[in-house]
Amino acid sequence: MRDERVRPVVTTSVTLGLAVGIFAVLFGVGSVAAGGSVAQTCAMSLLVFTGASQLSAVAVIAGGGSVGSALGGALVLAARNGVFGLTMSRRLTGRLPTRLLAAQLTIDETTAMATAQIDPALQRIAFWVTGVSLYIFWNLGTLAGALAGNAIEPERFGLDAAIPSAFVALLWPHLRTRNGRRAMLLGAVLCLATIPFMPVGVPVLVASLAILIALPHPRPGDVVDPIELPA
Amino acid sequence: MTWGLVLGLAAGAYAFKVLGLVIVGDRALPARLERCLALIPAALLAAIIAKDTLTIGHHLQIDARLVGVGAAIVAAWRKLPVIVVIVVGAGATALVRALGGG
Repeated sequence: MRDERVRPVVTTSVTLGLAVGIFAVLFGVGSVAAGGSVAQTCAMSLLVFTGASQLSAVAVIAGGGSVGSALGGALVLAARNGVFGLTMSRRLTGRLPTRLLAAQLTIDETTAMATAQIDPALQRIAFWVTGVSLYIFWNLGTLAGALAGNAIEPERFGLDAAIPSAFVALLWPHLRTRNGRRAMLLGAVLCLATIPFMPVGVPVLVASLAILIALPHPRPGDVVDPIELPA
Repeated sequence: MTWGLVLGLAAGAYAFKVLGLVIVGDRALPARLERCLALIPAALLAAIIAKDTLTIGHHLQIDARLVGVGAAIVAAWRKLPVIVVIVVGAGATALVRALGGG
């Protein structure tokens, strides 16, 4: 793999890791505020490692909900990683221990970074570098938030727009095909339409899975996957 | 917050990850399903962008983030590197807020 193609992938992965780390600080603060110990808060990030589920569990507990309802909501959110795993399984082949390790890193950001690359080797590099970068920053941020416990202001620096901006860049390669553009429209519209009445995080899952029902007829000649494009 | 919640969620979350990546693994799936799976990232990314840009909790809300993500879209369209797209998006959002908007 030539260096000039790997470097931008690494730069992006580390930047994404930093942005995600800021939200980990918020999770750490929120978890301790919801009655979690520093050890429980850090164990959550180390073992669960899927932000939306963790934030939703903490939000339910903080709102006075039961452990059962916190677990239920968080697991519904975690289910989407199964879909990402299915998507990534096309690209992450290899020995069982390697894939068991890769499974822990299979989340929104790693799937997005990997599928934004065209070259299969670059897809694997993007997955692993993003995964390791996010794992480090997510856990460091969690620890910092759990220890500090005081609110910071990420909005002041526009950091709440950093992640959707990163995803705009990652979405771009998928818009080269008509079906990619259709999937984009369907995902955005369904998500916005279901947000008012579905539990936090579920609309994203609904929007992703709707593809399986709503777009079942890509024509045989359609290029729907960057991996199929000539490099 | 209990250890039961932490460990239960850890086991459940990992089970879902393993289910997709390892259990199904690199077994061949029907070609039609494979083509649909390839479209999931586009729908997923669009859904997250829409949620993070236009909503707070269960409500639609237009604010400085829309300007920031709009700037990011222009940057992506101009084929600028991802890192630049992120900085443009966050920077434009921060600028609008500093000027008293959103």
